[in-house]
Amino acid sequence: MPTYRFSVNGSARAVQVQDGQQPLLYVLRNSLGLTGAKYGCGLGQCGACTVHVDGNAVRSCRLPVSAVQGRRVTTIEGLGTPEQPHPVQAAFIAEQAAQCGYCVNGMVMTSAALLAKKPNATLAEAKAALAGNLCRCGTHHRIERAVMRVSGSARKSAAAGNDKVQS
Amino acid sequence: MSAVPAGIWSRRTFLKSGGAMIIGATLPAAAWAQGSGAAAMPGTVGSAIDKALGKTLDAAEVDGFFAVHADGSVTLFCGKVDLGTGLRAAIPQMAAEELGIDFARITLIEGDTALTPDQGATAGSTGIMRGGVQIRQAAATAREALIRIAAERLGRPASELEAVNGEVRPKGGGAGINFGALIGDKRFGVKLDPKAPLRDPGAYTLVGKPQARPDVPAKVTGRHVYVHDFTLPGMLHGRTMRPASVGATPLAVDESSLRGIRAQVVRVNNFLGVVAEDEWDAVRAARALKVTWSKSETLMGHGAVRERMRAGPFEADESLIKTGDARAVLSAAGKKFTASYYWPVQSHASMGPSCAVADMRDGKLTVWSASQATHRLRVTLARLLAVPPAGVRVVYLDGSGCYGMNGHDDAAADAALMSRVVGKPVRVQWSREDEHGWDPKGPPQLLEMEGALTAEGRIAAWRTEMWLPKATASLPNVPLLGPQDAGISQPMGISTGLITQNGNPPYAVPNVDVVVHWLKDAPLRPSNIRAPGKVANCFAVESFTDELAAAAGRDPVEFRLEGLSDPRGVEVLKRTVALLGWQPRPSPVRSGNIGRGMAYMHYKGNETYVAVAMEVRVNRLSGEIQVRRLACAHDCGLVINADSLRSQIEGSLLQTLSRTLHEEVKFDRARVTSTDWASYPILTFPEVPEVLIDVIDRPKEPPLGAGEAAATPVPAALANAIFDACGVRLRTVPFTRERVKAALIQHRNKGGKA
Repeated sequence: MPTYRFSVNGSARAVQVQDGQQPLLYVLRNSLGLTGAKYGCGLGQCGACTVHVDGNAVRSCRLPVSAVQGRRVTTIEGLGTPEQPHPVQAAFIAEQAAQCGYCVNGMVMTSAALLAKKPNATLAEAKAALAGNLCRCGTHHRIERAVMRVSGSARKSAAAGNDKVQS
Repeated sequence: MSAVPAGIWSRRTFLKSGGAMIIGATLPAAAWAQGSGAAAMPGTVGSAIDKALGKTLDAAEVDGFFAVHADGSVTLFCGKVDLGTGLRAAIPQMAAEELGIDFARITLIEGDTALTPDQGATAGSTGIMRGGVQIRQAAATAREALIRIAAERLGRPASELEAVNGEVRPKGGGAGINFGALIGDKRFGVKLDPKAPLRDPGAYTLVGKPQARPDVPAKVTGRHVYVHDFTLPGMLHGRTMRPASVGATPLAVDESSLRGIRAQVVRVNNFLGVVAEDEWDAVRAARALKVTWSKSETLMGHGAVRERMRAGPFEADESLIKTGDARAVLSAAGKKFTASYYWPVQSHASMGPSCAVADMRDGKLTVWSASQATHRLRVTLARLLAVPPAGVRVVYLDGSGCYGMNGHDDAAADAALMSRVVGKPVRVQWSREDEHGWDPKGPPQLLEMEGALTAEGRIAAWRTEMWLPKATASLPNVPLLGPQDAGISQPMGISTGLITQNGNPPYAVPNVDVVVHWLKDAPLRPSNIRAPGKVANCFAVESFTDELAAAAGRDPVEFRLEGLSDPRGVEVLKRTVALLGWQPRPSPVRSGNIGRGMAYMHYKGNETYVAVAMEVRVNRLSGEIQVRRLACAHDCGLVINADSLRSQIEGSLLQTLSRTLHEEVKFDRARVTSTDWASYPILTFPEVPEVLIDVIDRPKEPPLGAGEAAATPVPAALANAIFDACGVRLRTVPFTRERVKAALIQHRNKGGKA
């Protein structure tokens, strides 16, 4: 069985997968036990399966595992923990920005990728970045506030000459 | 309800049979029961459950709901479940307040049929107003019992003692006794006292405050265990092969099409599925399996629904409200107004397709499900699989939000059927196509209104005629797909929720007539969807109210207030429009593309008061509607969790905006054709307006529901705002760009303002 090697949340992993076309989502959830990324549509339409590959937000439901060979994958578990959340996760907690929370993996991962590239993202940029992430519970407003909370603190920190984001 | 014998499902049995306590390092051990955050620490929930098995499930007993442990902590057994709504915080808040203990010292067990009393389905906005209130009363009874025990120990009258911070102590100060020392790990043995005194809301310290939900940290860090994430050792992954069209049966199954895929076909009569050790193999097998289906064209097609509803066949006509003589006044009126409103079939459209894990071995069945009604599902599955109810346990685990009965119960039956065949635990997850195609749907609604005005411009008479599918009397559950295909007999019929409520204007009108023409059938299998029936009814009633106000040349708010005497209704209406800076004038506006509209609802006629107002911009060329600001004042009596309440209001508003702007299930003669997010679009971030919410807390009033009411005024407020902006009246949902554009062209051709 072919072996695929890539890094997941900072650790080198090797997975044996019969079908190299198997989407990364199933490998993460079943072979590696990382169930934060969710199956929503399998069509790349909803964003529930979003992970970072080399820092970019991608849809793991459509990405063959063979395509991440040698690359760097980060999942929502790798961003932070309930005890030590990533600033974006901390902002989602502060805003209580999840109802059922099934989509929230994609919301957090897409927002984190945006803010890593644009630490001072505007609300319009946040809306545009999240346009392909669907939420059925109607939590959009809180998610927007969470993103702006981080973006805002980045701006404030920068203004104070401090490059560390307060979490 | 009798107690489940201890031992059947003890942790030991789980471990022996390959229990989820050993499901590997990556999933929290608490996965075998629900939980996340602090309450889900491995061992905490597990040992609480071990101790609790065999407890009473009787909702008339305090022990049904509460166990106080030797360390003074409390386990709360709740029959209602948290569907993403925040009950997981709100109900412990109510319990902690009434008991007199820290919120953090309560562990919640929800919707586990071996542990929690049957408090009915978590539906119809009853979570707090019935479930929470019942638990609050049990907590008050428990507190009185603790005080009685302490009185004996301390040798002081109970009237001199109080329960605070998890102990009973003298009111004037002095040493108290911890709850754990009073009753730790012993039964209360006390009936729930409906008259046990409740604490004074004026002294509340927890209820009414924003309480962080315990599941949010785990959800946003990917650690929360959804039913989709739950695994058992030896578990197989199953996929159901739903028929190619509604009613079709498999004529031939070519198993050789699975060559090279490690998967197995499961067939029970016409029920067809595939199972595999590896989930991707199951997905591939479901795609690869060649099945020849019989031809079946039993549906009417979505385009025909409206006309078919008028045509019948009918079950009966029913008069719902008759005040004065609306018919006589209308036929004598110089000018009579009429309008017809249509609400299409809609899907719950859950983000995650339905999923369940079932383990049927040795004549016993355990199911992990996101069902809204685990107790009901337990009885249903016992009947369908011919297992004694005592041998069936259903454990609630979070699913994707459902907003009514989506496919979760169907997935549970699918998994149970497959597990019975293969003799191993089976996890079934539906595909996106399955969920959009086969979830039970919100039924269509057709309403016709007639009205007349007095010379002073008030409503003189009003008639509502509804065309609705008739729910089957005492149907135990929505008929499930898997058992139906498997040839297992089950009571067939239609389930819709209560869909006739709020068909009359909530204003003083001397002559009102509301009738319903009950249809024998529905175009697709229906079930309850958020605020069943009342979203469409409010759309029609509050749109037509606006039409009458415009005909009278009156400001829509003044027109409504004139007929509204209930002070709570008056307050939400006034506070809603104040959020928007409403200036009185008749609709439509004389210039520009920006309009405002509002609508009011007294939910079910006797529950939550809510109004919605919004400001929209209409693009006259493209037909695009942009909602700029959305305002809502909300009075559901006593507020429990101030933040979760706002979250539910926000969700109700935005989800219903989505339903109104975008959503209609499309189907042809054979099958649902809108089976993905491209063909069934929902609201996206760029469309999300500014949202302004004003919550009215009434601590001296009973708490009412908040999961549905705010949804109902949204469509009419939007239709009224569009009318205000451009003079076009939309009476058919969804308000797609194409539909708005067509209406604008028609309006222009009739000489309306371009």
